[in-house]
Amino acid sequence: MSEIKVNTMAEMLAKGEFPEILFWVGCSGSFDDRAKKITKAIVRILDHVKIKFAILGSEEGCTGDPAKRAGNEFLFQMQAMQNISVLNGYEIKKIVTGCPHCFNTLKNEYPALGGKYEVVHHTQLVQQLIDEGKLKVQGGEFKGKKIVFHDPCYLGRANDVYEAPREVIKKLDVELAEMKRSRAKGLCCGAGGAQMFKESEKGTKEVNVERAEEALALDPDVIAVACPFCNTMMTDGVKHFNKEEKTKVLDIAELIVKANDL
Amino acid sequence: MIGSVIFCILLIGASAFFYSNAKKIRRNIFIGKDFPITDHKSERLKTMIMVALGQSKMITRPVSAILHIFVYVGFVLINVEILEMFVDGITGAHRAFSFLGSFYNFLIGFFELLALGVFIGVVVFWLRRNVVKVKRFLNAELNGWPRFDANAILITEMVLMTALMLMNAADQNLQLRGNEHYHVAGNFPVSGFFASSLSGLSDGTLIFIERFCWWLHIVGIFAFLNYLPYSKHLHILLAFPNTYFSNLKVKGEFTTLDSVTDVVAPNFDPSYQPKTDPNNPVRFGVRDVQDLGWKNLMDAYSCTECGRCTSSCPQNMTGKKLSPRKIMMDTRDRLVEVGNNMDRNKGVFVDDGKSLLGDYISSEEVWACNTCHACVQECPINIDPLAIIIELRRYLVMEQSQSPAELNGMFTNIENNGAPWQFSPADRGNWVNES
Repeated sequence: MSEIKVNTMAEMLAKGEFPEILFWVGCSGSFDDRAKKITKAIVRILDHVKIKFAILGSEEGCTGDPAKRAGNEFLFQMQAMQNISVLNGYEIKKIVTGCPHCFNTLKNEYPALGGKYEVVHHTQLVQQLIDEGKLKVQGGEFKGKKIVFHDPCYLGRANDVYEAPREVIKKLDVELAEMKRSRAKGLCCGAGGAQMFKESEKGTKEVNVERAEEALALDPDVIAVACPFCNTMMTDGVKHFNKEEKTKVLDIAELIVKANDL
Repeated sequence: MIGSVIFCILLIGASAFFYSNAKKIRRNIFIGKDFPITDHKSERLKTMIMVALGQSKMITRPVSAILHIFVYVGFVLINVEILEMFVDGITGAHRAFSFLGSFYNFLIGFFELLALGVFIGVVVFWLRRNVVKVKRFLNAELNGWPRFDANAILITEMVLMTALMLMNAADQNLQLRGNEHYHVAGNFPVSGFFASSLSGLSDGTLIFIERFCWWLHIVGIFAFLNYLPYSKHLHILLAFPNTYFSNLKVKGEFTTLDSVTDVVAPNFDPSYQPKTDPNNPVRFGVRDVQDLGWKNLMDAYSCTECGRCTSSCPQNMTGKKLSPRKIMMDTRDRLVEVGNNMDRNKGVFVDDGKSLLGDYISSEEVWACNTCHACVQECPINIDPLAIIIELRRYLVMEQSQSPAELNGMFTNIENNGAPWQFSPADRGNWVNES
């Protein structure tokens, strides 16, 4: 993304500047080819509204979320304290994340270890920008299309954020469809709890297939997600039913960017 | 007179037996680790009033919610009538509270309507389990005793309500005949419907029916009370303290282990002061019920095995072995076993070579969890199966190094590369310069 200059904290400080907000990219957003597109979409939004932001670059490390959910509290705390010393060293106050797992861990589990920040998920930031009139959005190519939103567990049930993503989607002039299992009753995509990194136990079905089946039953044009891991699982689920031509899996940040040519 | 004596003996016996079992349950709950929950008293009270008293989490499944309200309200209010039965039982009076006049008549009529509601509720509950076969009542963990337990409670409640109605029907006939002992009192909107069908019976038979049903009802209630400590039905009492001591934090926040912080923190802060006693090292995570917190154990005793958790579990609905309800049932079963072991050994637990992890809950179940919090969200009385699952994982990882190989790989990657995959940390910002 050569047209937009993305500063690291180190680069910004070298220029004698300080960001309004730190963009916590996360491992998926940094390394996974599909998730990098979401990262870039978030950057385009931040750049478009002229928020001064920075990333940590090579100074960022896994928040420790998958280690903690898998029971490895040692590794979690090692990662957390390493990250906290970097964040506190830069005197970071506000963080936006592209991943609900990073969001949850930074927001809820870092304070007990000395890391206290204002943490928002990117869908919350986008909603706020729209509400404040800083970001004007149109439906663009999605106008009138049917979009179904899949709640990420660590944004929804874990942190009670159900409305921000929906409010943003509604601004696109689309038909927002709801699965029967949504909001507090939302069904997991199958990735959480470190399942992303292992084969599932013996059973009759994969969780992502169960969830994709439910979403596809509504025959949507887009399954909107707000988590890079949900994105992977739902994309695989849609492929399982050979529906990838009809139904796209897109992050809310990508919807905003595509609809408004940011 | 003899009736009064028998009644008093039964009352004292039933109360004493219940008290001794209640004490045992309290003792068993505090086998768990002690951590005080004394904060946010008013918020806790509010949670208890909303969730336990007000049944606010039941409503997400409206059919069972409405039926449960019938049974719950009926059960609580009809117990007011038990007060009168106590007075009648002790003094030998008949309908001792009838001096309340028209208010009494209203109450008795109201109780009859409630009793009808309870009866309808438990009949439909029984049908849902045994005829309609609602999916969440079919899981393997309910085979045997748990299924018998559920049906026994429902049938007992049917019998108790039938006894109440029959008693009132016989009483009405005796009142109409001007029997001296059965003075006119009460209002019978339900039993009045079939009271006339008993009108052909002799006074003696009617008195027998009335007395038999009275005794059946009161003895049934004593028996029911003393069945509770052995049954899943204990939730009618424990739902209240269990919701009061709910986790009030957002669900996403898992506990922080101070014992781990004490090991990790000095690497980052040489002046760090340990939070736990270094001379009293604790086990990381949970292997057996003694390692759990007392609230986890109260959760286990409070569970009524409704299975809302299991029916919303993504892993269970896709055929995996994990069932959050089974986690709670196993925890209780093991706790009862440990408690009985202590009773046999003068209050001290003697190692029986068994543990919650392994003998009750397998690592296959523990590793299947998505930590999605659906089970926690669903529980109508704020039980947290996920807290137990995470503690079992902690033990497997930190004490046993027995995590699945792929997860070990993920741990190694985070440790060496700062990411769960094998990428160089130096490349983390490469996306910035990619098209």
